[in-house]
Amino acid sequence: MAAYDADSSAGGDLAYDPNFVPDSVKTFVVHLYRQIRDKNVYEIHQMYEGSFNRLTDRMFRESPWPTAEAVAPYVDGDHVFCLLYREMWFRHVYARLTPTPKQRVESWDNYCSLFGVVLHGVVNMQLPNQWLWDMVDEFVYQFQSYCQYRAKLKNKTEEELQLLRNFDQAWNVYGVLNYLQALVEKSNIIQILEREKEGLEQFTVDNGYDYQGGSNVLKMLGYYSMIGLLRVHCLLGDYRTGLKYMAPIDLSQQGVYTNVIGSHISTIYHYGFANLMLRRYGDAIREFNKMLLYILKYKQYHQKSPQYDQILKKNEQMYALLAVCLSLCPQQKLVDENVSTQLKEKYNDKMTKMQRYDDEASTVYDELFSYGCPKFITPSAPVLDEPLTNYNQEAYRLQLKMFLFEVKQQQLLAGIRSFLKIYSTITVTKLAQFMDVDEATLRTILMTYKHKMHSTDNDGKIVSNADIDFYVDDDTVHVVEAKPTKRFGDYFLRQILKFEEMISELEKVQLD
Amino acid sequence: MAKEAQQQVSYTVEELVAVNPYNPDILADLENYVNEQVSSQKYSLDANLCLLRLYQCEPERMSPPIVARILIKALMAMPAQDFSLCLFLIPEQVQSEEQFKTLIVLSHYLETARFRLFWDEVAKNRSLLESVPGFQQAIEAYAVHVLSLTYQKVPRAVLAEAINKEGLALDQFLEYHVANSGWAIEKSQGRSQLIVLPPNEFNHPELKKNASDSVSYEHVTRIFPVLS
Repeated sequence: MAAYDADSSAGGDLAYDPNFVPDSVKTFVVHLYRQIRDKNVYEIHQMYEGSFNRLTDRMFRESPWPTAEAVAPYVDGDHVFCLLYREMWFRHVYARLTPTPKQRVESWDNYCSLFGVVLHGVVNMQLPNQWLWDMVDEFVYQFQSYCQYRAKLKNKTEEELQLLRNFDQAWNVYGVLNYLQALVEKSNIIQILEREKEGLEQFTVDNGYDYQGGSNVLKMLGYYSMIGLLRVHCLLGDYRTGLKYMAPIDLSQQGVYTNVIGSHISTIYHYGFANLMLRRYGDAIREFNKMLLYILKYKQYHQKSPQYDQILKKNEQMYALLAVCLSLCPQQKLVDENVSTQLKEKYNDKMTKMQRYDDEASTVYDELFSYGCPKFITPSAPVLDEPLTNYNQEAYRLQLKMFLFEVKQQQLLAGIRSFLKIYSTITVTKLAQFMDVDEATLRTILMTYKHKMHSTDNDGKIVSNADIDFYVDDDTVHVVEAKPTKRFGDYFLRQILKFEEMISELEKVQLD
Repeated sequence: MAKEAQQQVSYTVEELVAVNPYNPDILADLENYVNEQVSSQKYSLDANLCLLRLYQCEPERMSPPIVARILIKALMAMPAQDFSLCLFLIPEQVQSEEQFKTLIVLSHYLETARFRLFWDEVAKNRSLLESVPGFQQAIEAYAVHVLSLTYQKVPRAVLAEAINKEGLALDQFLEYHVANSGWAIEKSQGRSQLIVLPPNEFNHPELKKNASDSVSYEHVTRIFPVLS
């Protein structure tokens, strides 16, 4: 795929003229502009997801759309519309072509202008949540892509290096984080969610839309920026702070974040991954399980969607991470049957290997972690004067190393678990003999098991993740199997609501 | 007066971390705050993570002594996982420096409950660790915590090794906890003492509340419209 630079019209079979606006594009922008002005969210969504992609497939598979300057005359030169159009323009280049270094920087400028306008509070539109999510998602994606790009210095031309020197503020990590945080703050989204708990706001019920003639743009960008902040912090390796940003959203419930599938998956994927790195295996397993079950049930409805490939990719990554979690912390009861079947199909052999905790196990952990993990970044600016190297893998290597070190520490626990499954009581001496270690070492192993299987939650409380537990009385180990917890309360609540829904449906039925 | 001024600074730092964390100008304040945490035996993981993130973005401004202090404070926070959370943000080349390698080894010993090896290593690195007051007590607290997860009754020798106390010092330690923490001492079959630790849900499974079945208030409010 050739990189199309607006300056040259060479290359490819189609000579790209950035200023030529085909009739279909003219019609498209005129209609889109009108729908935005009339705040017809449904129509906007149809055009954004449907028409835009159809036109892309027909005419812009291998070249960019006409520039914003070229279409401006058809939309009264509207400044905000052009910013929105340009955002879609760059997103298309990233998705179908390869952005040039200059385009990367220009896209950053466009986001600055666009977010600047929104933060000033002067945007009075209603846009579909899908679009607003895509904006934040793409913003973080392009940041990640730029960090990867500028960390590969070895084969860069002098021109490219000069560009990096001149535009050192582009995609600056402080800038990215500050924009996301500003959107969260300016939109007041945290206060809105708090007030909603007291029944003073209709945010979730209205899916973030404003039915009083106002705008949903700042609010929703603020909401999605919380997820954006979670994602950026995962890329930096700061899992605890990432999770803190998600605190205002109750992930045990449906919410606005579940209504756009992209945002649902991104949230749960990063939340689960952060919990995995925080050793909160139980939480990670629970969330991955829910998400994978959802995808299993509903992915057929998204087959035509432009996000389908992404959905499938994240699906596979989450299975890999789930396999890792379950090998470190066997908790089969937390996993739904259907998900479990899929998991066994994909990873049965590998999970058996991982639970052996030997060197081969390490290789498998490495493989699955590397497949499932996010694309970590090095946030610092590149040093452009020394011998130029590629350091884009450094961040990933660090996280992988830390993870494998943790796995190795848990290697001691391999033998223990199998013995705890068989015995209900056993002396320390005997158990040490069976495991071929001395007594002191065995006591160490028992304490390690306890420490590793209990994690600290955000409030400092100790939570057990163990399926098999024990306590020691002087020199005897007493094994306790965790009782399967029947969640009656939850079950009844769900059934009550379900039946209530059914009854109201039935009451609507008119018999002729 | 001086104390008030000090409180003023720390209040401002916590605020900064909450409101404006992505700002290289607060780096010096955060470094001072680390030193303050050490000298007044306070601790703030969020402020320290914020500083480590800033170091990540501007590696030339990183100060190894400050990072060492952050890591020691994180060790003292065990069983919380703060030490690895900090390591996630420290580049590999930095981690391979001598003092950090030592700290990583110490963390490894604590994570795998190898207390004997841990205290031996501490003895070899007194200068590094003595600069942080409260270190000894914090690790003792962690050791007691792990023992409380594991044992209903723990042999004296095991406790002694875990907290690195013997003879008179150990007796004083036991006296204190018998008086204040609900410990008890038994004789075990003519051999040495057995320390009976207070029951909790981890060493006495029958105490485990079936908390997962309790329904939160917010969830119950969902069916109020139905019930009315």
